[in-house]
Amino acid sequence: MNKTSSRLAPAAEACAQPAIAFDGVRLDFGGKCVVDGLSFTVAPGEFACVVGPSGCGKTTLLRLVTGLLSPTRGEVRRLGVTVDGPSRDVAIVFQDYGRALLPWRTAAGNIALALEAMGVPRLARAERVAALLDKVGLAGHGDKYPAQLSGGMQQRVQIARCLAQGPRVLLMDEPFGALDALTRQALQDEIARLVRDSGATVLFVTHDLDEAIYLGDRVFALQANPGRLAEVIDVGLPRPRDQLRTREHPEFLRLRHVLFDHVQKTH
Amino acid sequence: MSRRHIDIVLRALPAWLVPLAFLGIIELAMRASSIESDGLALPSQTAAALLGLITDGEIFLRTAETIGAIAVGVPIGGTLGLLLGVWLGLSPTAARLASLSIELFRPIPPVAVIPLMMLIYGLGIRMEAAIIAFACFWPMLLLTRDAVLGVEPRLIEVARILGLPRRKQITKIALPAAVPRIFTALRLTLGIALIVAVTTEIAANPIGIGYAIISAGLSLRPEVMYAFLVWLAILGWLLNESLIAMHRRLFGAAYGDAAT
Repeated sequence: MNKTSSRLAPAAEACAQPAIAFDGVRLDFGGKCVVDGLSFTVAPGEFACVVGPSGCGKTTLLRLVTGLLSPTRGEVRRLGVTVDGPSRDVAIVFQDYGRALLPWRTAAGNIALALEAMGVPRLARAERVAALLDKVGLAGHGDKYPAQLSGGMQQRVQIARCLAQGPRVLLMDEPFGALDALTRQALQDEIARLVRDSGATVLFVTHDLDEAIYLGDRVFALQANPGRLAEVIDVGLPRPRDQLRTREHPEFLRLRHVLFDHVQKTH
Repeated sequence: MSRRHIDIVLRALPAWLVPLAFLGIIELAMRASSIESDGLALPSQTAAALLGLITDGEIFLRTAETIGAIAVGVPIGGTLGLLLGVWLGLSPTAARLASLSIELFRPIPPVAVIPLMMLIYGLGIRMEAAIIAFACFWPMLLLTRDAVLGVEPRLIEVARILGLPRRKQITKIALPAAVPRIFTALRLTLGIALIVAVTTEIAANPIGIGYAIISAGLSLRPEVMYAFLVWLAILGWLLNESLIAMHRRLFGAAYGDAAT
């Protein structure tokens, strides 16, 4: 492909590229090797989950994709381009919503921050914020401050702020780890729906094996000291998934065994 | 009276009864023992003196002088400290270069610059304001720097991921996040300003509440001295209460009332 044609058909070219590609990535931090020999790709629109014991570099992996960290060796590419810093194409949902939201801004104000960063004019913001609040089930709560919202609602605000970026890659760092079981299940189903609607590629870190299988198209199992890829599992469960039926599916149970055995072995 | 009734009465007791009862006990004890001393005055005499000072307006004149010096000194020293503190909080290089100078200047007790300020400004409100400004500058500088340094790192990360330019990271994230702690710094600074103002007046400057206290003491009028002390207590209390109320009003809903 010569230069002209690639300029004419950027979309087609982007589709052929993996959304996220790790190529022999190693990261040393404070004289210690955190992750080593990481090579994998995530296809556009894929929902990839990452599991593994604590200290295996799950969060590091996400930070490498955001560009907040740079690899010591190897290369991380997003949509075919080498990562050299944060980009608006990439959004990240942190676990600690209490610290990731601006406490002096209302829910609407927090979502608007992403639009302000993108230079959306003031008048257009209100409408888009209202649509996003509605999308994450927070219609009517826009003028509340984070401190006045429950944990689940605060996490919805953070998700809405990420969606406001219109990201092509959505990173999630144990987003539901601090929530109660019922809220967690509701949000799992919502995030699956929102992601399917937006077509974004997802890299979802969790310590919950069931959650990884329930949500993922593929599950990457990492191993600690140093963090490296131990196993990749394809999840062939039908979509849309269902909290009861999917979790009772024989394939779900089989994958759960495989992953569980793996974690036992490497722990 | 049953246990339950006693509980109800106890719970209804207001806190201002304690100082009032304290004064009542002192009054009775002093009258009963008939102590005579140049350093003592009956609470009733003090109250009469306070009333006298209020009716002839002297107390307001003295208060205006002291508060006036504070109202000039705190904005000057506080603003300079605030600006420099923000800068040092944002720039590690500036912080490193300034650290030695700050640690050398900061331990100088503000009252030690009274003679210097007298040489420059003579006596009066300007010299007092200058000392207050000097005293307020350092705590404001250090507390503001720490407030900016203490901004939740996760918020800065969010700003970077959203692609906010550096200038907007400061104006939209770092500064608003530091504001509640800067306000607390302001409260502490005002407390320091009152101490330094009165000290300056007692030690050198013939204006304000401090001068009124030392004059009353030297002219052996303890009841006037006590009246001014009571007035200072009320003044300090009012200042702090109003600032706390302001803090709640400004940051209450957003910051969960945690910052008192």
